[in-house]
Amino acid sequence: MKYIDPHIHMVSRTTDDYRRMAQAGCVAITEPAFWAGFDRCSVDGFRDYYRQLTDTEPKRAAHYGIKHHCWLCINPKEAEDIGFAREVMSAIPEFLDRHNVLGIGEIGLNKNSKNELSVLEAHLALAKERDTLVLVHTPHLEDKYKGTMLIMDAVANAGLDSDRVLIDHVEEHTVGAVLDRGFWAGMTLYPDTKCTPQRAVDILERWGTDRIWMNSAGDWGDSDPLAVPKARMEMKRRRHPAAMIEQVTFGNPVAFLGRSPNFSVDV
Amino acid sequence: MSSSEQPCPLSHTEMIDAWFLEHRAKVLDLAAFLDRLDRPTGPQSDDFRIEALRNAITLLIDGQGDRTRRIQMMLSDQSSEPIDAAPMQGALGAIPPADAP
Repeated sequence: MKYIDPHIHMVSRTTDDYRRMAQAGCVAITEPAFWAGFDRCSVDGFRDYYRQLTDTEPKRAAHYGIKHHCWLCINPKEAEDIGFAREVMSAIPEFLDRHNVLGIGEIGLNKNSKNELSVLEAHLALAKERDTLVLVHTPHLEDKYKGTMLIMDAVANAGLDSDRVLIDHVEEHTVGAVLDRGFWAGMTLYPDTKCTPQRAVDILERWGTDRIWMNSAGDWGDSDPLAVPKARMEMKRRRHPAAMIEQVTFGNPVAFLGRSPNFSVDV
Repeated sequence: MSSSEQPCPLSHTEMIDAWFLEHRAKVLDLAAFLDRLDRPTGPQSDDFRIEALRNAITLLIDGQGDRTRRIQMMLSDQSSEPIDAAPMQGALGAIPPADAP
């Protein structure tokens, strides 16, 4: 059965991972721009990263029959220097029309600071101006609840349609509010932080399968690029019907991502 | 139950059969971690993260449901205004005493 991993950072993964994901049934991925594990020191450094996301990675993925798409932004961890963040943002429009760009992401908040919020608002304004989809990162651990509430208010204030915004990294204390306010929700499957595959399936059982997906967010840290198929196995182990598994790991991503003209997958 | 709920199709006994050993091991891991903290090199410290963990354990056995969401909230900053500046890039997993509500 095929699946989509709608949030994974393949620039940090090896070709072996592409092979194993393809063998497990992955047919498409989306890769948000994110923090490289260190702060970049020039706008041109980001330009090179955006070229990697829009040129190099699609070719690497295609070698394994996987469709590669991406999102562009400066991530909230590098948003505290607001002058630099605005310089980087000025380069983003150069890349927004490239063939695999779905929209703005993963924007959001990290420590819920005023500068992070200003940069988030600037990204939301750009998304509104260019009429793109938005993928939102919510903060880690103790900062997640507050950040998620601030982000949802910022999206509403920006006049964006919540149905074109996915709020990622939801957990038990945020998923209800995100869905109630009309957003799409993403669950990230991580070994220690965010959701385990087991807890993600618990969330589906409690909050349902509408407007929600699962991703591995595989990157340079503790993460598992095969987390989505492992969650599918957990659903199967609990005897959830194949249609429910297909909806969450393929149908829902297609429904949301398909609103971008640049998204394509063989259905 | 809300209309969106999709309950686990397994029976109570089937759930226990499937996951008891896994969670028995997790309880032992937690106990071993607390035991490890009892035998440090040098003096013990009062760390807010361990205090938060002990509070979460208490909540686990208070007889009420919705444990996961309630623990998440116990470990969350519930203030509502953005802070002036980010003090660091990472997160700690519990609320430092100065920031506790």
